[in-house]
Amino acid sequence: MSIEVKNVSKAFGNVAAVNKVNFSVKEGELMALLGPSGGGKTTVLRMIAGLEMPTEGDIFIRGVRVNDISVQKRNIGFVFQNYALFKTMNVFKNIAFGLKIKKWKRADIAGRVEELLKLLGLEGLEKRYPHQLSGGQRQRVAIARALASKPSVLLLDEPFGAVDAKIRQELREWLVHLHKDLNVTTLFVTHDQEEAMEVSDRIVIFSKGNLEQIGAPREVYEQPANEFVARFIGVMNVLEVEVQNGVGRVAELEFPVPTHPDGKKMLIGFRPYAVQISTDLAQYRYRAVLVRTYFLGIMLRLELELPSGLVLRSRITKEEYALLGLSDGREISLQIRQYRVLSSEASGLPPELHTTYELPPTIGEHI
Amino acid sequence: MAGHVQSKPTSLQTASRRGTEDAPWVKWTLISIGLVFALVFLLLPLLNVFFQAFAKGWSVYIASLTDPDSWSAIRLTLIVAVISVPLNLVFGLAAAWAIAKFEFRGKSLLITVIDLPFAVSPVVSGLMFVLLFGMQGYFGQWLDDHNIKIIFAVPGIVLATIFVTFPFVARELIPVMQATGSEQEQAALTLGASGWQTFWHVTLPSVKWGLLYGVILCNARAMGEFGAVSVVSGHITGQTDTMPLRVQKLYEGYGTTEAAFAVASLLALLALLTLGIKTWVEWKTQRAYDQAQRAVADLKSEI
Repeated sequence: MSIEVKNVSKAFGNVAAVNKVNFSVKEGELMALLGPSGGGKTTVLRMIAGLEMPTEGDIFIRGVRVNDISVQKRNIGFVFQNYALFKTMNVFKNIAFGLKIKKWKRADIAGRVEELLKLLGLEGLEKRYPHQLSGGQRQRVAIARALASKPSVLLLDEPFGAVDAKIRQELREWLVHLHKDLNVTTLFVTHDQEEAMEVSDRIVIFSKGNLEQIGAPREVYEQPANEFVARFIGVMNVLEVEVQNGVGRVAELEFPVPTHPDGKKMLIGFRPYAVQISTDLAQYRYRAVLVRTYFLGIMLRLELELPSGLVLRSRITKEEYALLGLSDGREISLQIRQYRVLSSEASGLPPELHTTYELPPTIGEHI
Repeated sequence: MAGHVQSKPTSLQTASRRGTEDAPWVKWTLISIGLVFALVFLLLPLLNVFFQAFAKGWSVYIASLTDPDSWSAIRLTLIVAVISVPLNLVFGLAAAWAIAKFEFRGKSLLITVIDLPFAVSPVVSGLMFVLLFGMQGYFGQWLDDHNIKIIFAVPGIVLATIFVTFPFVARELIPVMQATGSEQEQAALTLGASGWQTFWHVTLPSVKWGLLYGVILCNARAMGEFGAVSVVSGHITGQTDTMPLRVQKLYEGYGTTEAAFAVASLLALLALLTLGIKTWVEWKTQRAYDQAQRAVADLKSEI
């Protein structure tokens, strides 16, 4: 394990910023700390770096407990949200700073800086000052500076927060490639779920100082541990149902949940792609009207209104839309092929009951 | 219809632009008043100092300055500045650092206290030290018993000067440090730098112009202070007279007018030098700022 965070809490005065958090990062992994602002993810990153001290709990880097090791001695590379480049130093001196402090030989420093300039595509900019660089260049200088003395982990705080949306996409891909080349354990903070899904090997999701779920992007998308994750990652239909005789009901919809006790309220979640539709009104069990279509490039999102007034969201491809000859106002039939029981504070369900239920495939279905 | 709607804001814009611009005669009257005022009340008196100082020629000028009592005043002034300016440099840095980089109770009180010397009349500042360390003061008896002289001696003059010049460095540095924030320092720490290395390589270079500006203003005031020093010095000729005190004494009949103006000319020269350095520092910082702005504009146009 490259980084281990064990039972770590952090309070600022009376405010608990981080609450008994546990997770670990494997050697060479690229991991995202994801959550809305104020979720505690940056505080966790800063505690790993040694810029904040945990109120309780232990942090290990490569097996060594670092709680009592100062930020200077932790051998970490940290990239600040606004890069925090030394504005009185040029690019070369910025990157060389840590090496000079560590008393590297002059020739070795020059060699290492050159290597990094090449690696990060900054050749020719070594004499420039931070104010003479573009946002993307500044970020690369900050990363080069953090990597210079070969840290055991690279920590990045909102690495794409300060650049234009246009450049952000390029930078994401670039970070993935860089990580592949260097294979250094990397942990980055983001509030953008798309970014976390796209870039990282695994995601740690925070909300209000609590760790909500850890998992690969696909895992947290398909098997969200709770309502927060379900709503935060991607789009999800979330409905509150009441269980009677092993079936959860809301309006005209029924969700078989055999192992759940009667009389309880619980939350059922399903992704738009799990809502299958057909123009053949006899094909599926429920009737609905297509009230609105959103064009999202190759995919379309449909808003479907049931006779009870309940609105569900579905997602189909452009081709399917054309094939079905759909248009707003059209009546359709639908079924929910896959759904999941989400815990919520109200329901307090034990984790083993967060099951995903799937209907058996039927003949001639549209996905 | 569309054309009609578009034309409206344009006419409004020209009207408002005309409204904010004053008539030429207003502009020129104001400029003339400003120039004449500066000439009559600022420049002429200053030039007169030099004129009076050299009225009887170079040799008299030099003789006035090398007079043992005047020479002692010049030396004392330099000694006081050499002690008080570095001390206030350190105090000012520490205070500005504390205010800009930390959150603590009583921070606004500290800011107010730093400004206190500006609010208090210099004479009162001097009097405070007399009341503390003078023969009738709280510590007077004890100091006398231990044969330590503060009031009517050099230590008193240094204390009063430090008090009066305390705000200059801190006042200049606080906004600069607040604007810089502490992220660069944190970055230096993550790169392995010690607190001292961080201060030396990161903090100091980023505030150097503000610091220099504060120091030259502090120095000018330290050398030129009259009121506070006058109260604590005791005016012992050849011992506790600083340059400003010596100028007054010479002019009030203990010497010649030329001698008074000769010593005064040194203070005036110091003032001009201070202004020169101040203008240069301002020009330097402005240029650095402009360059940064231009670089940003270039980047934007590239995109």
